[in-house]
Amino acid sequence: MLYSDKVMDHFTNPRNVGILEDPDGVGEVGNPTCGDMMKITIDVADDKISDIKFQTLGCGAAIATSSMVTEMAKGMDIHDAVQISKKQVADELDGLPAPKMHCSVLATDGLKVAIDDYLVKQGREPIAGEIKSSDPTFDPHEDEDIELDDE
Amino acid sequence: MTKYFDYAATTPTDPRVVEEMLPYFTEHFGNPNSLYTIGRDAYKALEDARERIAALIGARPEELIFTSGGTESDNAAFISTLNRYAPDGGAHIITSAYEHHAILEVVEWLAKHDHELTIVKPRADGHVYADDIAKEMRPNTKVVSIIMANNEIGSINDIAAISHVAHEGGALLHTDAVQALGKIKVDVGELGVDMLSLSAHKIYGPRGIGALYLRRGTRFDPLIKGGGQESRRRSGTQNVVGAVGFAKALEIALDDLDAEAIRLSRMRDYLIDEVTSRLENTLATVESDPRLPNIAPLLIKGVEGEAMLLQLDNLGFSVSTGSACSSGSLEASHVLLSVGVPQEIAHGSLRLSLGRWSTQEDCEALVDALVPIVERLRAMSPVYEKMFGSEGYM
Ligand SMILES: Cc1ncc(COP(=O)(O)O)c(C=O)c1O
Ligand SMILES: [Zn+2]
Repeated sequence: MLYSDKVMDHFTNPRNVGILEDPDGVGEVGNPTCGDMMKITIDVADDKISDIKFQTLGCGAAIATSSMVTEMAKGMDIHDAVQISKKQVADELDGLPAPKMHCSVLATDGLKVAIDDYLVKQGREPIAGEIKSSDPTFDPHEDEDIELDDE
Repeated sequence: MTKYFDYAATTPTDPRVVEEMLPYFTEHFGNPNSLYTIGRDAYKALEDARERIAALIGARPEELIFTSGGTESDNAAFISTLNRYAPDGGAHIITSAYEHHAILEVVEWLAKHDHELTIVKPRADGHVYADDIAKEMRPNTKVVSIIMANNEIGSINDIAAISHVAHEGGALLHTDAVQALGKIKVDVGELGVDMLSLSAHKIYGPRGIGALYLRRGTRFDPLIKGGGQESRRRSGTQNVVGAVGFAKALEIALDDLDAEAIRLSRMRDYLIDEVTSRLENTLATVESDPRLPNIAPLLIKGVEGEAMLLQLDNLGFSVSTGSACSSGSLEASHVLLSVGVPQEIAHGSLRLSLGRWSTQEDCEALVDALVPIVERLRAMSPVYEKMFGSEGYM
């Protein structure tokens, strides 16, 4: 099981770490089985993510995917950002080892929850749909909708 | 070999061992089963290695079978004996919850093939107690296997007492002594065991060679069948080079066992004391003696083990963790869970294991590197303040 150089770079020098003050949206998710936790805060202007920060308790994959998702989402329209998949994040990181895909679900889920939180606070309809990793019985291995990168 | 803190995983082969092995790759390359001179030379070297190793563990040479390592020895200990003592199933076997996978995977397989299985938990102090085994003995108990020294937390078990219980109930006693060998005294007579697994690569010998001690008179059906080598107990052209290296490695390790144990345990205690005093919310997983001198098992709350491991690796330190994320499955180490460490605390496990080239200087450098890494990772955590901060509930 090997991490790509890009994963190691994002893990070693994570981008956008921290919490925004008075954020427009907050997303907190956890992976109850392995114990990883993530919190994303966003600021939104004209439905675009103008600022984003994250905090993660977790392994190399959890931290690297959190960092990557914040980079990808920054400046994006929330309707696009909510569509970012764990496969896209993994691809941007030049792949993740198969057993590590479960740790990466937190990053995209955290962003989705933060966007819905923003919308609901605005009195608008949420758009993210069901968030699996906020369900304590969630099994991250259940739906492997991505092609696994078997290293 | 600086900054290596994973001697329990494997060890560098000692240059003196390599030197002893080299001629057997090239000059004395013969098949020990061939009758001509170079074959006989190889045979002599193989039997000489067997005699030396046997003598050093208090066994007779014919009671020692060379294998490919600890895993094979563990497999054979169960499968080879049960094939003779209970070929049609129906035997009861006992082992502990914190054995190596080379035992646990085998007993679970046997339980699916018509044998009965009891898995005894170690107590929270890290030891498996003979009393707890005695309670589980049944009339059909055939094999009891308890690890001599645990590879993740270092706890040493009273195998002599457990042998006694097994024998009273008419069962064979096996112990996995892979981690114990070369660190504490291993004498099959004193331990009273029927079978004992050994591996060379944990004691500065080569990988891919180990041995199974099989007490004279123990019935045994070979696991690896073929040309009938090793007195028909383990087929395959013997690994003469490996056996020669194994014998030399064991001699070196035992030469200096007591002094080395003192040196290592000082560093182990330093690591535990220093980490737990410089970092809040940390503890040793177990600290109950007897335990191996070279393993410092730590729990660093509020961080994830793999993240620590990778950050330390960036600075040139090699360590190990039992966290769920590091395992490829979603399970934290079964060893940590078996001694009552909750899953979320096992998340921050760190195993430091010391050996021949460990120095106090490196231990100091490791702690100096670890402290800011843990502080950084905790500062990045969304829950650390909530869980452990001044208003925390843990
Ligand atoms: C306690 C224990 N048993 C068995 C083994 C397996 O030994 P080997 O690697 O020689 O197969 C190991 C090492 O991984 C071990 O620590
Ligand atoms: Zn993880």
